[in-house]
Amino acid sequence: MSAPTPALAAATTGPSPRRPAPRLRTPRRGGGSRARRSPLLTVLTALVGIYALVPLAWLVVNATKTQGDLFSSFGLWFGDSFALWDNIQATLAYDDGVFGRWFANTVLYVVVGAGGATFLAVLGGYALAKFDFPGKRAVFAVVIGAVAVPGTALAVPTFLMFSQMGLTNTPWAVIVPSLISPFGLYLMWTFAAEAIPGELLEAARIDGAGEFRTFFRVSLPLLAPGIVTVLLFTTVATWNNYFLPLIMLRDSTWYPLTLGLNAWNAQAATAGGEAIFNLVITGALLTILPLVVAFLFLQRFWQSGLAAGSVKE
Amino acid sequence: MTTTSPPTTASTNPVVHRASRRRWTGWMFVGPFMAVFALVFLAPIAYSLYLSAFRTQMVGGTQFVGLDNYARALGDPQFWDGVARVGLFLVVQVPIMLGIALLVALALDSGRLYGTSFFRISIFMPYAVPAVVATLMWGFMYGTRFGLVGNINDLFGTSLPNPLSPDLVLASIGNIVTWEFVGYNMLIFYAALRVVPHSLYEAAEIDGAGQWRVITAIKLPAIRGALVIATIFSIIGSFQLFNEPSILQSLAPNAITTSYTPNLYAYSLSFSGQQYNYSATVAIIMGLITMVIAYVVQLRGMRKEA
Repeated sequence: MSAPTPALAAATTGPSPRRPAPRLRTPRRGGGSRARRSPLLTVLTALVGIYALVPLAWLVVNATKTQGDLFSSFGLWFGDSFALWDNIQATLAYDDGVFGRWFANTVLYVVVGAGGATFLAVLGGYALAKFDFPGKRAVFAVVIGAVAVPGTALAVPTFLMFSQMGLTNTPWAVIVPSLISPFGLYLMWTFAAEAIPGELLEAARIDGAGEFRTFFRVSLPLLAPGIVTVLLFTTVATWNNYFLPLIMLRDSTWYPLTLGLNAWNAQAATAGGEAIFNLVITGALLTILPLVVAFLFLQRFWQSGLAAGSVKE
Repeated sequence: MTTTSPPTTASTNPVVHRASRRRWTGWMFVGPFMAVFALVFLAPIAYSLYLSAFRTQMVGGTQFVGLDNYARALGDPQFWDGVARVGLFLVVQVPIMLGIALLVALALDSGRLYGTSFFRISIFMPYAVPAVVATLMWGFMYGTRFGLVGNINDLFGTSLPNPLSPDLVLASIGNIVTWEFVGYNMLIFYAALRVVPHSLYEAAEIDGAGQWRVITAIKLPAIRGALVIATIFSIIGSFQLFNEPSILQSLAPNAITTSYTPNLYAYSLSFSGQQYNYSATVAIIMGLITMVIAYVVQLRGMRKEA
């Protein structure tokens, strides 16, 4: 999927855009006549930046330590040995390579769950933005109302329902509930309302294109930046999901990484369990790496989608 | 687009025909979402309500008990302790987190920082970290023997209190949650600030408004919607507090009980105690409390100031 640049997406907001295109890569004057750079403000922001990054630095540093060094050396500096590669090897090899299995499970849940969630949210958001249909207001009210219901409150009845259907302890038990992203629907709705001019749809219909053809050929390309944003958020939600699999899965075969790491960590506290804190820390680093990389490389796309999505109140 | 012309029967007018067909077209697009939504949201809610009206006993099986479970929950000190705890958490943690997020968003938006984009991505980065990993990391750092707290005590001869002691563990959880979500909320505010029309700033400049006036008179009102949404999501998150205390339990078993938060309580009731009916009741009451508070916040937040 080739996402158009934010500027291109913004250029298609119809004949009378009510706002300038958000250009996120360029600093903008924030209301003063000349924005003078402020060292003081920079230092204050840097404090929050340090707060955000220190634990991540701690993780990287401690993934290089042996179990002995973990307990004997200073937490924010390297130990006597540099054991990162050994740790990674040991993490991947431990328990017949179960970490790789968990990684594959997580990828499966993300591809099917987050991909499906994004697809449903895009279709639904497009309908809410561009169609009038009976029950439209009810759809909105029901979805917003349901968001206020704690997800964890739903987990127990969902578990009981799924266990009666024989779905617990299978990947479906994790994938099906993650197909619904109310936030994704809301984001896509606001984005589609901005990004697709009604005249364009009218023109396509007058030309005789069917609704689905219009959607795939005309609307989908315009929605691309918003789709990347929704995909990023659903991916994060699925990748980091913990409570749902905790309830649904009894058997570690289908664990995602989050549950696997927690099981490794809890192992030290059980009788006769082997303490493998160095593997827990290295595994944690390997778990967050793919998302961090995705964040860094997809910055331009998801930020433009978010900006357009926040226009409507 | 409005296509509200009533579908006329036996009409040969193609325009009207197309309009009536289009009335239902929207459902082709929103239908799949709603079908799955019904399965994973509406059905469990209905099932929860059903469960909450019954009691299952070893002797006598399942019987209808009406509102008995609700009466039990309303008089259950373990439940209310948990509610009070997440209430306290909400009142302290949410303002701190959203306050920092808003200040950083305003600072980034002001264009007066060195390295704006670096800070933006750095502060957002913790959002990519799963709650499990965040809790494990902070849990290790909190350690007074081998963790960072212990290191600092050894180095400086200080005696920092144990962050995982019963008195402090709620604050420690608050710190983990703040670390995880401050960047996410910052990004929501920042994105809203980016689309404030320039013309407003130009007008303020002509009127001679200073930075502070621009923030209070233009920026904050302009992102009110984002502020309300973030507040509601944070309130829901506070009431649902589960992951962090549940994972910290292995490190601080004495500080975090099985009924530490209402959600932890509902989970323990179901999966350790097999009390599904009572667990569903606790979850429903918690959902109702959440909804009422979220609704009040929305009404207050969206009310136009006179």
